[in-house]
Amino acid sequence: MRRLTALSAAAAPRRAAASRSLTGAASYVLLTAGVLAMVFPFLWMVATSLKPPGEVFSLSLIPQQATLANYAELFRDSSFPKWISNSFIVALVTTASVIFFDTITGYVLAKFSFYGKQVIFVAILSTLMVPTEMLIIPWYLLSVKLGWVDTFAGLLFPGLISAFGIFLMKQFMESVPSELLDAARIDGMSEWGILFKIAVPLVRPALATLFILSFLGSWNAFIWPLIITQTEANFTIPVGTAFFSSELKDNSGWVMIMTGAAVSVLPLILLFFLFQKQIIRGISLTGLK
Amino acid sequence: MELADKLQARGRQTPLRRGLSVKGQRYLFIYSCLLLPLLFFASVRILPILYSFHVSFREWDLLSEVKPFVGLGNYAALLQDTIFLQSLRNTLIYVAVGVPGQLLAGLIVALLLHRIGRFKGLYRTVYFIPYVTSVVAAGWVFRWILMKNGIANGILLGLGLEPQLFLGSPSQAIYLVIAAMIWQGVGFQMLIFLTGLENIPRMYYDAASIDGAGSWRRFLHITLPLLNPVMVFSVVIGSIGFLQSFSEVLNMTGGGPLNSTVSLVLHIYNLAFKHFKMGEAAAATVVLFAMILALSLLQLKVLNKRADD
Amino acid sequence: MHKHKVLRFNRRTAGAAALSIALLLAGCGGSEGSAPAASGQPKAGESAAAAGEEKITLEYWQYQYPAKVELITKLIADFEKLHPNITVKQTNFPYDQYNEKVATLVPAGKGPDIINLYYGWLPKYVSSGYLQPLPEPVFSEESVKKEFFPFVETAKFNGKYYAIPTAVRTLALFYNKDLFKKAGLDPSKPPATWTELVETGKKLTEKDAKGQFVIEGIAWQPGAQLHHWYRDALVYQAGGKDISDDRRRILWAESPAGLVAFKYLIDLSLVHKIGTKDFYTDDITAFKTGHAAMNIDGSFQLGGLKKDAPNLNYAIAPLPSYKEKATQVSFWANGITKNVQGKKLEAAAEFLKFLTSREVQEQWVEKVGELPAKKEVALQDKYTKDEKLGPFIGQLDYANAHFFVDEKLEKDYFTEAVDEVVLNAVPYEKAYEELVKKTQKLYDDYWAKQDKK
Repeated sequence: MRRLTALSAAAAPRRAAASRSLTGAASYVLLTAGVLAMVFPFLWMVATSLKPPGEVFSLSLIPQQATLANYAELFRDSSFPKWISNSFIVALVTTASVIFFDTITGYVLAKFSFYGKQVIFVAILSTLMVPTEMLIIPWYLLSVKLGWVDTFAGLLFPGLISAFGIFLMKQFMESVPSELLDAARIDGMSEWGILFKIAVPLVRPALATLFILSFLGSWNAFIWPLIITQTEANFTIPVGTAFFSSELKDNSGWVMIMTGAAVSVLPLILLFFLFQKQIIRGISLTGLK
Repeated sequence: MELADKLQARGRQTPLRRGLSVKGQRYLFIYSCLLLPLLFFASVRILPILYSFHVSFREWDLLSEVKPFVGLGNYAALLQDTIFLQSLRNTLIYVAVGVPGQLLAGLIVALLLHRIGRFKGLYRTVYFIPYVTSVVAAGWVFRWILMKNGIANGILLGLGLEPQLFLGSPSQAIYLVIAAMIWQGVGFQMLIFLTGLENIPRMYYDAASIDGAGSWRRFLHITLPLLNPVMVFSVVIGSIGFLQSFSEVLNMTGGGPLNSTVSLVLHIYNLAFKHFKMGEAAAATVVLFAMILALSLLQLKVLNKRADD
Repeated sequence: MHKHKVLRFNRRTAGAAALSIALLLAGCGGSEGSAPAASGQPKAGESAAAAGEEKITLEYWQYQYPAKVELITKLIADFEKLHPNITVKQTNFPYDQYNEKVATLVPAGKGPDIINLYYGWLPKYVSSGYLQPLPEPVFSEESVKKEFFPFVETAKFNGKYYAIPTAVRTLALFYNKDLFKKAGLDPSKPPATWTELVETGKKLTEKDAKGQFVIEGIAWQPGAQLHHWYRDALVYQAGGKDISDDRRRILWAESPAGLVAFKYLIDLSLVHKIGTKDFYTDDITAFKTGHAAMNIDGSFQLGGLKKDAPNLNYAIAPLPSYKEKATQVSFWANGITKNVQGKKLEAAAEFLKFLTSREVQEQWVEKVGELPAKKEVALQDKYTKDEKLGPFIGQLDYANAHFFVDEKLEKDYFTEAVDEVVLNAVPYEKAYEELVKKTQKLYDDYWAKQDKK
């Protein structure tokens, strides 16, 4: 095999190398054009958020009198700070719950054999086929009965455990050597101890992936929070941002939306840069199942 | 962790535990781990589906207290509902245009990225950023860009072209919404394809080069077939995603103009929470469910067939 | 402000998440049946405690509009000073989603005692049994009829009033005086007839070399106020009538007037090209930023204009007329929900009496810009002679309030019909016929249900 590769390398004419660098340059040009399309909406959003009221409708990317007044207004005169804290609480609680339950479930499904295991795993996975959108009506009617409309309980309950996360954790837990676990058992360690002291530390990268994907999903969730939250003080950021649209009647509405959008997007981009590796690995794994 | 400790503590105190065999203890552990998740999936995912069916057979006005049984009445009403039929047509467009569009865009970016050496990570990051952005934020930014006096028309006018109605036009709006969705999803597709490409052994290409295959033929006969499983996956995930179009539509057009962008899920939302017709909305949900189920079964069939080959 | 779960959350951990699932599951077990949730019932303990200590808490819901919320907050403080045993707690909802948010909370058992509703939604709330008739001694049929403007009748069902407004709003013509001068027109002579409106609009319209609007003669946004303008003003002005006296039949197609009005409205944009949809996002923004010279809008806009465009040099004129004079009037009214009784009901009546009092109505005009709902308050010289308020009040004599059975759908149908003509080149007659047919069906369905009861 190695010989084949060497052979081909030797056979590759210089012309091919030249054409490769040419197509390489073309690749860069095309990719850069694409990058502009990817980035422009963000630039326009930030530009609008920096414009004073008189300039909102100007078509210049650079504000003539850039101002942070819109940000000040967003944080001082609107419920935005409340929405940020709501979003954080929901995202953190959801993520904590998902990590806890998905880890123990994934571990059990990966490392134990017991009656009904296959059925349970398939049943959990099959719920992935049932989209949130299909469940909003029963969830809402359920929340009505339990008095959860416009409460954190209502906002949280659908996301507390994730089937995808279980799948992910199961995949990773399978890579934990069973001998290690058995050795701990012989040493008299309890099952919970084995799980948390031995297995979990070995899958820490997977936890990071799960954390970030779960946080992202919760932070950006729209349809369910839109339905279950009713009063302004209970909104999450996406619902609140859309709510600014009902104030479009004064032209500051647009600016508020753009400013709110900018503020809501920034932490995510930051998070993304911090956890890029984990996100990319998590998604690649999805594609390879 | 807290829960775990508690369980453990409780376990030690009971004499039962000491009496249990190793096997028994293991089963106790297994089921204490699985109990809550299983109850969760049963009550939050599976029972609600059955409940949807239940609601779909009733006239279920949110405000009134009686919910009389109407049999298939809600389904019949849906067939009479021109907006529902339009939403089905639109949803078909979302899937038929969006899925290939997103696939193609993702594939092109992945192929280009696969060719280059430097700055690959940087490009990959930038293409991926829209995927982590909230749909609401993105939707409103696009709306702002595409409005009548917006920057998009400004550019067209600057180039000496006719300004467009964009989201105000019944013929353009849906494609613009789809474009926004592709913008958001292209990074995800790219990543999937990139992983697929990186998994294709280098030697296949080298061998083909020796045989004198040009780059187009190499692409056609090596890259595409080997990316096939990845593509099937992308098509299914993409189709389910586009079948559920909602947030982009609600935030960019609200379904208009003239219902030209109303998606099935948006119509379900409107029926349920704007017109308070829970029964009809549940019936429409069942239709959506059937569509997604059919798609998933189709996927299983395709994948199984491949496995048999 | 709100009973918040946030506080409780600080103590919660991942373990508590488990607890909430357990709670959820417990709840689920009992919820498999389909017993409908009790709606709108106040917590039993709450009202009992209130009666015992003579302390009464009223829950008041309204939509979010800065000037209004500010004023109500002040009024509640005044009211509580007058009635130390009553506390009023207000909750505000986003304007665009008010109806849906309220309607989805009500079955959840969270209900207000007093609720502020758009008059067009009343039929739905009344027919679902959510509101109770206003208490008789305070709001008897005769006294309401005598003191309030006649269109308040739209809040009367089966001979009983179910809600009562503090203030009302009419439509009028807003016009930008500076743009009038710029176009060589006399700002003291706004257009008074349909023809004049078109001609003035043409003179005010400014387009650039590429034929693009720079300034539109008149803002033209079908989704905004135009459907109101059509139903309650244009149709009557053309000599037609909106709806039969028994509220069962839409009469637009009974005479040529309906179609004439429909065509007039559309032609402003389609034929005369003096206004265009979505110009500077919407009519109000275009007018505020000086990109629309005229706009048909309601008196409720006065407050917003003062706040957002304090330097805009504009004036108000009665709606241009044709054969008859007419304008649209609408209002938000306060009603009492069905489970309020005893001492609480007395307190609620007291609060409504306060909200409809002369003093409150006068403050309302000044702060919010809406017109007093009581005749004697509205028709004072200080308002009728006011430059801005005068034209709105002057039209009250011939103002109509369409009886909505489904405010959202009726508006959607209208907007769709206009869009069909403008965007899809559907003939006026065809779009109009469809509009009348669909709207009439809403009424037929509504009344079929009512008659069954």
